[in-house]
Amino acid sequence: MAEEKKEFWRWPEYRRTVPGKDWKGAQVITAGVDVGSVSSKTAIMVDGELYAYAIMRTGSSSAGSAEKVTNWALEGTGLTIKDIHYTVGTGYGRVNVPFAQRAITEIACHARGANFIWGPTVRTVLDMGGQDCKAIQCDSKGKVTNFLMNDKCAAGTGRGMEVFADLLNVPIEEVGPRSFEIDEEPEPVSSTCVVFAKTEAVGLLRAGWPTEKVLAAYTAAMAERVVDLLNRVGVEKDFVITGGISKNIGVVRRLEKRLGFQALPMKPEFDPMIAGSIGAALFAKALYEKGQ
Amino acid sequence: MIINYGYKDGSGEYFIVIDTARCNGCGACVTACPAGVLEMTTEFDPDTLEDMVIPHLTEEHAKKIKYSCAPCKPGQDMAGSSEAVVPPCVLACQPQAMTHSW
Amino acid sequence: MAVAGIDVGAKYAKAVILKDGQPEILSKGIAPCGFDLKEAVEAAFQQALSEAKLSRDEIKYVVATGASLEAVPFANDSVSMQGADARGAHFLFPSVRTVIDIGAEMGRAARCDATGKMVDFVINERCAAGAGAFLEAMARALEVKLEEMGPLSLEADKSPPMNAQCTIFAESEVVTLIHEGESKKNIIRALHDAIAERNISMVRRLGIEKDVALVGGLAKNAGFVDAMKRGLEMDILVPEEPLFVGALGAALIAAEKSAG
Repeated sequence: MAEEKKEFWRWPEYRRTVPGKDWKGAQVITAGVDVGSVSSKTAIMVDGELYAYAIMRTGSSSAGSAEKVTNWALEGTGLTIKDIHYTVGTGYGRVNVPFAQRAITEIACHARGANFIWGPTVRTVLDMGGQDCKAIQCDSKGKVTNFLMNDKCAAGTGRGMEVFADLLNVPIEEVGPRSFEIDEEPEPVSSTCVVFAKTEAVGLLRAGWPTEKVLAAYTAAMAERVVDLLNRVGVEKDFVITGGISKNIGVVRRLEKRLGFQALPMKPEFDPMIAGSIGAALFAKALYEKGQ
Repeated sequence: MIINYGYKDGSGEYFIVIDTARCNGCGACVTACPAGVLEMTTEFDPDTLEDMVIPHLTEEHAKKIKYSCAPCKPGQDMAGSSEAVVPPCVLACQPQAMTHSW
Repeated sequence: MAVAGIDVGAKYAKAVILKDGQPEILSKGIAPCGFDLKEAVEAAFQQALSEAKLSRDEIKYVVATGASLEAVPFANDSVSMQGADARGAHFLFPSVRTVIDIGAEMGRAARCDATGKMVDFVINERCAAGAGAFLEAMARALEVKLEEMGPLSLEADKSPPMNAQCTIFAESEVVTLIHEGESKKNIIRALHDAIAERNISMVRRLGIEKDVALVGGLAKNAGFVDAMKRGLEMDILVPEEPLFVGALGAALIAAEKSAG
């Protein structure tokens, strides 16, 4: 049987309480729980400011994962789930967060979270996860104006990248840097189907291409593929990238070159993986206040 | 908000595009579709904080609309190809909220 | 006098040599396509020549078909794959009016008239999930030999639903199904049903007129043929050597062109 694959991007599971923040005296304490196919995230917000969060791998039960990650986010804070005024659940597919008052689609939460992390100038969010690719256009309030999500085809997803890295025997975190160890930028591999790209790559290697040049050709193909999807929803500055692919400079730089502008740098204090859960927690606050 | 349902793969782009600002939630498109590709669902509206009723692709068909929608699109990329035919779901939509990208 | 047809596919190069006049198949040749397609074409052609005990100069006319025509620089003419398929299938089964050709990387279907001339066609390409590459990748993921996939699918007792429509995602889904305890046979059956469904949708766009023939590499897979029959709800004609139908069609066209 084929072995268990390593993680696409080796991200650590962790929890964090934002220093200098406290919940005592708060008006509204909310939680956003984002259960994805690979990772689960919970953000705890106090009066609309990020207080604590946790990121962990999703287990076999999404309901169980939702509870686990939320409890972990609350660990050491003195709060329990019962103290949360309002919880919004989000994530892949029909999400099951049993203690949430409401479920909101991940696209809306992601855009809202990106707006919180990077500010009201963000207009385009690209999220490339392990098994899907999302292009989102939003306004200055973080409201979605146009989006698409592609989870049918592996080209343009972390999985598509991983399969290629495996073929070339390159650890995934080296793909980006090594794709620049070339004399001249080659033409991208012509197909946008990962299966055919693999066949092409084998041919190129046999023709004597060094691994780095093949990496360059594939990351370029991926960048082109992504630009296509972005153009469908419309790409404008400011542009941000979330998801595993944000760490692959091979794709990011080639993407920026094709767009003609750069993505905003990541904010160190806000792990981009929690954008969705932050958005959910902010919607939770608005819904709680509306209910009063 | 413009929603692009569907996908792009090696063989082309297949998107069913809904403009939620125009959609009135009538469900005529769902009824018009002979293949069961569409169903109504709710989507959160961050302005009103309410849910709006709009169509989306059923789980069964979401990842293969190239094939599911093919019977309503005869003659495309075929030898004697003429212009694109307007599929019944698009025709049924009075507010003109729906288009197909292929 | 003899003529030849050469079909350069994604996986194999095929050659058929015909005796002119009342066309009669003299020989065939086949070689796997490596990185150098011209080499594969030469190898297939030489194989057919030696089987027919002919030298190159005795071949009056060569027609090429397939995806990579530049690999046959010595061809006198070329014909589309769907045109070649229609002619070849019709020669073998004169009642054929619809030909379905599923190869390693693409699938196509053609309609022909009573003379075997192609009148309409549809192509399914550039997404591996509709072609042989899909089953090859799945065979690897399941650690089963490609030739065993067909027979195993026929031994299944049910077809579990599969969500993935992409070869790469299907590989992960297959692994998950195995972990959940699903049997390999049932999974293989589901895979065959899925790839048949994709191709049947393509053929339906063309419109189906009986009799229907299935050619190309996947016609050798009994499980796939069975899935196609069930999906189309009709019987399908399958030649003994489904891989050579394109080259045969090209050779028949070579015979016509060299005569007229």
